[in-house]
Amino acid sequence: MALRHFGAATAVALAVGLGSSPAFAVTEIQWWHAMTGPNNDVVVKLANDFNASQSDYKIVPTFKGGYADTLNAGIAAFRAGNAPGIMQVFEVGTATMMAAKGAIKPVSELMKEQGEKFDPQSYLPAITGYYSTAKGEMLSFPFNSSSMVMWVNLDALKKAGIDAPPKTWPEVFADAKKLHATSPTCGFSSSWITWGLIEQFSAWHNIPIGTKANGLDGFDTVLTFNNPLETKLLENLVELQKDKSYDYSGRTNTGEGRFTSGECPLYMTSSAFYPNVKANAKFNYTAVPMPYFPEAKDAPQNSIIGGASLWVMGGKSKEEYKGIAKFFTFLSDTDRQVYLHEVSGYLPITKAAYEKTKASGFYEKNPILEVPLKELTNKPPTENSRGLRFGGMVQMRDVWSEEIEAALAGKKSPKEALDAAVSRGNQMLRQFERTATK
Amino acid sequence: MENRAIFSGRLLACLLVFPQLAISLIFFYWPAAQAVWQSFLVQDAFGLSTEFVWFENYVNLLKTPEYYHAIGTTFLFSLLVVFFSLAIGLLLAVMANRNIAGVQIYRTFLIVPYAVAPAVASVLFIFMFQPGLGMIARALQRNGIDWNPVLNGTHAMILIVIVSVWNQISYNFLFFLAGLQSIPKSVIEAAAIDGARPARRFWTIVFPLLSPTTFFLIVINITYAFFSTLGIIDTATEGGPNGSTSTLVYKVFLDGKAGSDLGGSAAQSVILMIIVIALTAIQFRYVEKKVHY
Repeated sequence: MALRHFGAATAVALAVGLGSSPAFAVTEIQWWHAMTGPNNDVVVKLANDFNASQSDYKIVPTFKGGYADTLNAGIAAFRAGNAPGIMQVFEVGTATMMAAKGAIKPVSELMKEQGEKFDPQSYLPAITGYYSTAKGEMLSFPFNSSSMVMWVNLDALKKAGIDAPPKTWPEVFADAKKLHATSPTCGFSSSWITWGLIEQFSAWHNIPIGTKANGLDGFDTVLTFNNPLETKLLENLVELQKDKSYDYSGRTNTGEGRFTSGECPLYMTSSAFYPNVKANAKFNYTAVPMPYFPEAKDAPQNSIIGGASLWVMGGKSKEEYKGIAKFFTFLSDTDRQVYLHEVSGYLPITKAAYEKTKASGFYEKNPILEVPLKELTNKPPTENSRGLRFGGMVQMRDVWSEEIEAALAGKKSPKEALDAAVSRGNQMLRQFERTATK
Repeated sequence: MENRAIFSGRLLACLLVFPQLAISLIFFYWPAAQAVWQSFLVQDAFGLSTEFVWFENYVNLLKTPEYYHAIGTTFLFSLLVVFFSLAIGLLLAVMANRNIAGVQIYRTFLIVPYAVAPAVASVLFIFMFQPGLGMIARALQRNGIDWNPVLNGTHAMILIVIVSVWNQISYNFLFFLAGLQSIPKSVIEAAAIDGARPARRFWTIVFPLLSPTTFFLIVINITYAFFSTLGIIDTATEGGPNGSTSTLVYKVFLDGKAGSDLGGSAAQSVILMIIVIALTAIQFRYVEKKVHY
């Protein structure tokens, strides 16, 4: 009796042991990311869903702080020989990642090696352009993308006697003046000053920021955004800043509350501001495409993206790469992309997901979420609007902002400020070019 | 008489000093040496390509006008922070040293701000001073002051000085209070009997007797203003607008972390280290002579 029990127990133990033995062969893949709040939940859910869908690989997501912190953590880990398999890097860190040959594995190469079905054509071109080489080889996997839009306080517009949101820059300037008469501190303002007023502005007007297709063709690029149109924009803003019809709100998005509080009725910032507006704005609002100068021949062209993509680190085992490739295929699934788009407010990255969302009538109820997509797909991207890739971009944005601030504060003329921004940026580019792995 | 009466051999003495030495070596001299070594290199972020360039990082640094601007900003900022945090700390300590009802409660309240992390303090003040949203900013604007620290460099400087001072006052208060309480009451009473008024009693007796505390606090506060205000600047102004609140240590942080320019950042930190060593040496050489222990 006792013996039989023992035997049964052994059999059960053996069965359990055998049954769970593949668990020992599970390949763990570290995924470092910078998503907080509801978007962190999305990341965790994606990892869990993938882990539940198969038993060979396990994606382990880890929150590593803000975008810059995550990038630095990844760099430090790499230097210590302990890099994660997948790293989420914001769009301006692209050049840093790309320059590190050997530290990263291009996504298109990975997918080809692992025999996973992967067609860059199925992604939105404005998104793939940003993360591909000039030859069209995709370097990282697009994950969360946004674009810049202009948020409009419709009640304030009505009060100031303006019928429709402005479409062009001259209209914005005129409306800002009218709005300023009703709102004492601010008519129009903006966040992410260099992203909006230099990077997006150039793409939207089909003019280059720098040579070599905005740096996509190589690191020996030279900045050229001190052009007449950019100067004109800054001159106008400086003029409006004098009486606060335009009021500067800082380099990052710290001033966004000025829109939701009703202080600045026109506000340019990321489309990812949407959940915040929805939760906090106590007035009728909408979002419209970025304004343009009508005299610019090709304007509006198409906008460029913000957000982040997933980079695969180099020097990992074959099993890990296999798992990562499978995970990316899993992420590209149309239904999954539709779901991601609708819950996170970030853009769908594939054409199919966009079409499907459109067909479902989602945008009729949420027209604001389609605005950034319409901007991105407005025209096929050109050399000037595919994206940009400059080394040391994070630091360079600070330098550019400094010069714009000098102009707005009246310490430099707009032209002087832009010239200085270009020449200081060029110095940084030369430094970066020198250290980029050949 | 023998001097080495306590330890019989060298071995035990060395053994007892060793932990202290080891800590200094590992946590101070080794990283400092690393910084010096790094400052001679040009390297990419991932450390994949390294080039030894001798003093090129230093030369480049000394060629940039923004660097001199940062030196000026640092000295101005440190001067303001050290002066105001010491002056206010002393004033509060003198007031809390009186015999009044509930003095313990006042003292506790005055110490609490030190428990607030610099970044948190920064955020609190940003809320109050943010143009258009903050209470104080609105009050200033109503009174005709066009307050705008995101665009006006002077305003930004005032903002970070206020936060830095506020965050440091409690520390100074604590030391000054301890210093005041160690001054023998009999001396002050004697002066009072001789007919010295409170102000005179303070400047001729109390203040000189506080000089060791004051000297210690000056050294600590300079180091604070030079190094520990990084979090405050990063949260409040990010060195802006137009570099007007970018101190030396903030530039080290920005270029090294955001810019991944490790060589240039290391060169800056070496120069910063030299400046602070020099300042401290000057203080101990000249200022300390005026201190009565």
